[in-house]
Amino acid sequence: MQDQAAHSMAAQRPASGLFGGRAVDCDVHISVPSVKALLPYLDSYWRQQFLTRGIDRISWNMTSDPPNAPLMIRPDRRPANGRPGSDFSILKDKHLDLFGPSAAIANCIYGGMALHSEDMAAVVCTAVNDWIAAEWLDRDPRLRASIVVPLNNPDLAAEEIERRAGDPRFVQVLMLAMGEQPLGKRAHWPIYAAASRHGLPIGVHAGSLYHHPALAGGYGSYFLEDYVAQAFGFESCVLSLVSEGVFAKFPELKFVFMESGVTWLPAALWRFDKTWRGVRAEIPWVKTPPSQVVRDHIRLTLQPFDAPDGAGRLERFCEQMKTDEMILFSTDFPHWHFDGEDALPIDAASPLARKILWDNPRATYPRLNALSPEVAA
Amino acid sequence: MSMDLLDPRERRKAGGALQGLGVVDCDIHPQFATPGEIHDFLPERWRDYVRAYGGFYRQPLADTLAHPRMAPDVARGDAWPPNGAPPGGDLAFMQAQHLDANNVDHGMLMPLNRGPGNQRNLEYGAALATAVNDWQIACWVERDPRLHASIVCTQEHAPFAIAEIERCANDPRFSQIMLPPKSLEPLGRRKYWPIYEAAQAHDLPIALHVGGVNGYSPTGSGWPSYYIEEQHTNVQGMQGLITSMVIEGVFEQFPKLKVVLVEGGVAWAPALKWRLDKHWKRLKSEAPHLKRLPSEYIRDHFWFTTQPLDEPPDDADLLETFELVGLDRIMFSTDYPHWDFDEPSFVAAKLRIGPEKLRAIMSGNARELYGLS
Repeated sequence: MQDQAAHSMAAQRPASGLFGGRAVDCDVHISVPSVKALLPYLDSYWRQQFLTRGIDRISWNMTSDPPNAPLMIRPDRRPANGRPGSDFSILKDKHLDLFGPSAAIANCIYGGMALHSEDMAAVVCTAVNDWIAAEWLDRDPRLRASIVVPLNNPDLAAEEIERRAGDPRFVQVLMLAMGEQPLGKRAHWPIYAAASRHGLPIGVHAGSLYHHPALAGGYGSYFLEDYVAQAFGFESCVLSLVSEGVFAKFPELKFVFMESGVTWLPAALWRFDKTWRGVRAEIPWVKTPPSQVVRDHIRLTLQPFDAPDGAGRLERFCEQMKTDEMILFSTDFPHWHFDGEDALPIDAASPLARKILWDNPRATYPRLNALSPEVAA
Repeated sequence: MSMDLLDPRERRKAGGALQGLGVVDCDIHPQFATPGEIHDFLPERWRDYVRAYGGFYRQPLADTLAHPRMAPDVARGDAWPPNGAPPGGDLAFMQAQHLDANNVDHGMLMPLNRGPGNQRNLEYGAALATAVNDWQIACWVERDPRLHASIVCTQEHAPFAIAEIERCANDPRFSQIMLPPKSLEPLGRRKYWPIYEAAQAHDLPIALHVGGVNGYSPTGSGWPSYYIEEQHTNVQGMQGLITSMVIEGVFEQFPKLKVVLVEGGVAWAPALKWRLDKHWKRLKSEAPHLKRLPSEYIRDHFWFTTQPLDEPPDDADLLETFELVGLDRIMFSTDYPHWDFDEPSFVAAKLRIGPEKLRAIMSGNARELYGLS
């Protein structure tokens, strides 16, 4: 596997594209085209199960990720056939070559992780990770991936992390913002222990297992409500991760919130800090204001950046958070948050842009430390 | 709690800015003097029911939430009346400690008592709503006309709710209709529209005070462990309410409806507006009934109360968020007698605005909304 890494680095293309290699795209989406595509990655028992039960003929689209909703597929990234994000050539020609990142982290948000059968979910996640390695990572040295894990069984999730950790192209563990229990709960800690052992951040992506409604008042009528509510889910993640003491237990661990939106965070922390001053006796292991814990341990990907164009809110975010190290560049390919090449809400030549595009991702992902556009050139 | 952190000189200065100003407190919690006080207002059938079955909510504990609070009765330590009543349960003590001491011209009662709207037995809920409404008048408003009652009702069954609203709406001692944010469906859903129709017809604002019990976890990923988390979910709850009411089209249907968000904070609202606008633009084919940007409905239809005051490290950020919401939409509140009570001079000191704008927030905006003298 180490040879594979060396090969990847050496094989990096000449720096080119919009950012000349000096960027990491921390959230692009790849998509399993059909359950059938996973059959080669199943053992004979599970392959037979899938075939006799007709599972290979059903869709595992997620309710929180409807592939054809306008927000989920930019028109010029839509493949002629199949699911958005399932066509390698579109990702390569229309995206990676255009923006020219040194690396792009591929997230496969897949319904298999939502199955109630813990065994089947684990088998599907293993198959998906094998499929990611064979069908994507092997085809483009810029691609990295998040490890897909069965969210309903943290022990099996930890086993999957152990299985992938030797492949340096897997750079983080993928979880969803809204699952069965708040992310800080101790039930999840086997996942965090495994991730910590291998220097892997936890990437928390927008999405829900729908064990609970996204709105505290129950289920609304529109996808738009639930999509907006993803940010509320992430806000709960912040409260849970800090309050449960995840970072007291795993001091090296970092969480990356992906497709979370960004501008909601400062006000959430004003409130959290204030309440903590009043009731911190309830969580005595949190010894510094929560905003400090968040600054040290949580990162957010850029897109969709939820503020009006030209309002200076990204700069204000950094002022209010008192750091420019929290935002990681992302395009959220193939989702439709911006048109053309307009992925950055600030001047690409600014010092803040350099932090977001290049310094912050490498500081967040130990496995990307060694990236260098000079090597690439 | 934040009081200790404020420079006393700042508070004296702010107190000066409030000199002679009678404030309007948009969040005061009255309590039963004794647990049985409300039974005098219930028909015998429901008195018997309560004795036999007690509270019957969608939660594991019959008499309390499963996140224990950090102070007895969630109250200020000094809010226990000497006569043995619970905090908020003795008018004379409330007058001395709060209404007189803080120069409160008008106080909006927010009765959370026993949550009629969250009762699983709808008929009991309706009887309890009537009792709580009558109790507010008899024990509070009649004894101190500075206080204003809120109509509580059983929102899960519109005919019961409408009957109670119609019974109370023409009595000027009631100033608004109060619903629990934690209803069985998000409050934008059509089952609640008859209530909004009645509210609009009577020109009564809808007040949504944080809380309620609907059986759902307060986060999209289940039940948090700690009070510090559960308390914060009031924020996500308010964000969800706005999202639901705006996106479901409540304000297209009821263009004169006014909604007051109580105790949910304010500072999160600008980012929510940006998020709603951005994603609605992309997904408007799903919600073509919306004719304007979501942020425009929020600007026109929602009022926000100040307590618990958001406390950014830089006070200027607080003013910025208030201005992004609209200074004419922010109304002072204390949450008396609860532990996180905000005193008028504390809010005035944190706000750092001119006297005219300060008076609007402390007093004028609420007077205009509720038609108070």
